[in-house]
Amino acid sequence: MVLKSILATDCGSTTTKAILIENIGGEYRLTFRGEAPTTVEAPFEDVTKGVLNAVMEIEELSGKKIIDNDNIKTPHKNNEGVDIYISTSSAGGGLQMMVAGVVKSMSGESAERAALGAGSIVMDVMASNDGRLAHEKIKRIRDLRPDMILLSGGIDGGTVSHVVELAEILAAANPQPRLGQNYQLPVIYAGNKKAQAQISKTLNEKVDLDIVDNIRPVLETENLEPSRDKIHDLFMEHVMQQAPGYKKLTSWTDAPIMPTPGAVGSLIEMIADKENISVVGVDIGGATTDIFSVFQKKFNRTVSANLGMSYSICNVLAESGLENVLRWVPFDINKKELVNRIGNKMIRPTTVPQSLEELFIEQAIAREALRLSFKQHKEFAVGLKGVQKERTISDAFDQSNSGESLVNMMDLDLIVGSGGVLSHAPRREQSAKMLIDSFMPEGITQLAVDSIFMMPQLGVLANVEKNELKEEARKAALEVFHKDCLIRLGTCLTPVGNVKNGTIVLKVILTLSNGEKIEKDLLKNQLFRIKLDYEPIKAELIPHKKMNIGSGIGEPISTTIYGGLVGIVFDGRDRPVTIPSKAEERLKYLNEWSDALDEYPKKV
Amino acid sequence: MAHSYTPGLKVLKSTKVRKERRLPIKGKVNKIIGDQLTPDEIVATTDLPGNVQIIKVASQLNIGPVDIFDILKVKTGDKVLKGDLIAQTQGLFGMFKSELFAPINGTIESISDVTGQLIMREAPIPVEIDAYMSGAVTEVIDNEGVVIKTHAAFIQGIFGIGGEARGNIEVLVNGRDEELTENLLNESHSGKIIIGGSFISLNAFKKAMKLNIAGIVVGGFNYFDLEDIIGYTLGVAITGSEDIPTSLIVTEGYGKIQMGQQTYDLLKSHDKEFASINGATQIRAGVIRPEIVIPYNENSTSGEISSASEKGIQKDSLVRVIRAPHFGSMGRVLDLPHKLHKMESETMVRVAIIDVNGEKYTIPRSNLEMVETD
Repeated sequence: MVLKSILATDCGSTTTKAILIENIGGEYRLTFRGEAPTTVEAPFEDVTKGVLNAVMEIEELSGKKIIDNDNIKTPHKNNEGVDIYISTSSAGGGLQMMVAGVVKSMSGESAERAALGAGSIVMDVMASNDGRLAHEKIKRIRDLRPDMILLSGGIDGGTVSHVVELAEILAAANPQPRLGQNYQLPVIYAGNKKAQAQISKTLNEKVDLDIVDNIRPVLETENLEPSRDKIHDLFMEHVMQQAPGYKKLTSWTDAPIMPTPGAVGSLIEMIADKENISVVGVDIGGATTDIFSVFQKKFNRTVSANLGMSYSICNVLAESGLENVLRWVPFDINKKELVNRIGNKMIRPTTVPQSLEELFIEQAIAREALRLSFKQHKEFAVGLKGVQKERTISDAFDQSNSGESLVNMMDLDLIVGSGGVLSHAPRREQSAKMLIDSFMPEGITQLAVDSIFMMPQLGVLANVEKNELKEEARKAALEVFHKDCLIRLGTCLTPVGNVKNGTIVLKVILTLSNGEKIEKDLLKNQLFRIKLDYEPIKAELIPHKKMNIGSGIGEPISTTIYGGLVGIVFDGRDRPVTIPSKAEERLKYLNEWSDALDEYPKKV
Repeated sequence: MAHSYTPGLKVLKSTKVRKERRLPIKGKVNKIIGDQLTPDEIVATTDLPGNVQIIKVASQLNIGPVDIFDILKVKTGDKVLKGDLIAQTQGLFGMFKSELFAPINGTIESISDVTGQLIMREAPIPVEIDAYMSGAVTEVIDNEGVVIKTHAAFIQGIFGIGGEARGNIEVLVNGRDEELTENLLNESHSGKIIIGGSFISLNAFKKAMKLNIAGIVVGGFNYFDLEDIIGYTLGVAITGSEDIPTSLIVTEGYGKIQMGQQTYDLLKSHDKEFASINGATQIRAGVIRPEIVIPYNENSTSGEISSASEKGIQKDSLVRVIRAPHFGSMGRVLDLPHKLHKMESETMVRVAIIDVNGEKYTIPRSNLEMVETD
């Protein structure tokens, strides 16, 4: 069934964003968008008011009637109403969970992965071996008041006592849910099968207990799906029902409301799967930064809860250190002045950079927030720990352990950036440069940004499960993602290796679709770009004998690459980029690299 | 008429302030509607569940968890005192018995033959909530607390640390641009709320804490000095639970910034009067700003807090610039053009044209704050 129009909203903690997707001449396109303040908190306390306001803006812009009697009109008829209405939500702080496992680096980590994958914020990971005493754990559970708890531990048939001990701690804490005092806290048990009866006995009267398959049935396997699905169900059944107005909103939608990051993650997963590529996606917000990745077909998500551009901007400064922020600032500034300016952004989070200097500072901070979030992601996105490996003699000399990071920058095909500082940077060159400086891609990597942050809505659209709508909804999500959501910035070419300054690290021959040939040499520590549109370009890449561009040290590559709004960026800088600490030298390099991309306007 | 929704800080000479005083969990409310309260009066009380101790009986007495019930001398629900015998093994031929004694006073909450553990709970912890400000009870929230209303002058700051405090106001500077220096503070200011001008240094604030000054209200403070006072780097602006003797309220921002004219004038007009302040700040969705409440001594409780911000910034509104350049300048709105305007940073934004002492500035609307006065 062809869908004529689709309405999707994302209820964020401050803004509710609505988009209208319409079928125009056989293809799905984004046609209008509207936004309004979210109305979860007093004095409104009804999320649907904000939704209707955002949709009203679409009505005004499109001249189309969508709302009827304070309700979304479905299906689309006589150019009125929509065929599908769907929504995501992170209002009221999103889904806040606590997870527990017996061994922190094994079942604890698997539980954390399941919770993050479902789109929640993990407030704490409790484990038998986390070094905290029982009463400290109990106090922590009480203080945190999570929306939901995921309890795991033990392989199937293994020891029972440790995980039951955790359940006893939970029972003693008698945790109360964050929203509303009139329901029991949902707890999911996804541990050793043999302990199920004991867990029920211990917890049944105190919490609303659900039991699913073990998250780690054997050491070598992680089974996250059942827990992830249960988290989504309970999010809808319990948490959302307590949030003001959500009961009504749920009755309007054609698919379950998903937590915003869960929807984005599922979209990223779908893209990686469909195109058979490795992807890193990032959403940098005011309070948090979410990173999603798919490497070796394994999906991972992390939330850096206190790395963001406004509410937690000072935490970025605290975690990265002043020197690390300062190294990206391309003008001379007193350190104390810089710190106070960043502090003032935190206490007035809605302000925008008016002067160029303010923009420099914001984008410097963004680089560090992204770098730190990605570092955390790399540490978390690892293979399973505790798995025995067969070792050969040669492995004996290899110090690597189980639990190595899955993130391999040389394998990475695409980085997608979103969030205000990336999506709304005054020049696209700035977004590209921020992504390169913070993620430090290696080899051949495409760069893109989400135009208006509509990945959440497209993610939930791709997850519509109603049989008659499923296929078409997925098609619409993918078409809009490629045509309207993703802005292709171009490709970054970075050979990696160790040679002296001034050495040619890469020779490039590009053949454009019109037959024109471009030949360029990239020098060590040099950065430049060639403006080329988003179209297939044949590329011969010949690295220096000590450099690697993707096929191994000194190995040339013939491939097809794509330009974009920024073009092809040639990055001969070190990995990680070396920036001189002396102010004068630092400014010289920063300005040279910046000018190469025409990143900032020239100050008169 | 063109207008823009920008949050503003309240600087109100006369308004009705409403405060909800609520227990963290359900308990007993001691007041009824109409009661006149002083700030120190207790309005509600409750008991928080006592702390829990887990006793590893099986491992301490070297028995299997399943045997725990055979050796216990207590059962679930029993009240025991510290030192009471709670478990004893059979020993060998009645000799070499091992014993376990209660480590605390409390109640046996649960016993498990899977883990071999026993859980004891200590006595409940009493919690009290006071009135915080003088006023009248206008509403009772069943088993949770009360709503108090009062007629007062009300001022919001931009950022604060430390929780609730109260005392008499004392203005120690001669103007809003003057710094509150160390030498201005002395023993006679203990328990008072001191009003400064543009800035207080770290050393001066440390002296204020030493002198047990109840609160300090100033225009600016250095962000990098906060760590010295609260003991950690403040990454996210969520404050109020710091254990410091002096609450700090910053009205303008970080750095040396003169206090807003209206704020300073209003505080000065209430010099020597009693005020309740709260430094607690939460800058996230559902923002909480620090506040100064100066109740008038009368019993009227009708009316609500007026809020000009609901109308948003309009032509002729009094606004303050809250980001560089021109940070801290105050002016009147001359125009709110519809079209997006390209700033120096090339950011395209909606702007306001404002008049600052006869000069015209073009400022992004989101970099302006309404100064709400009455």
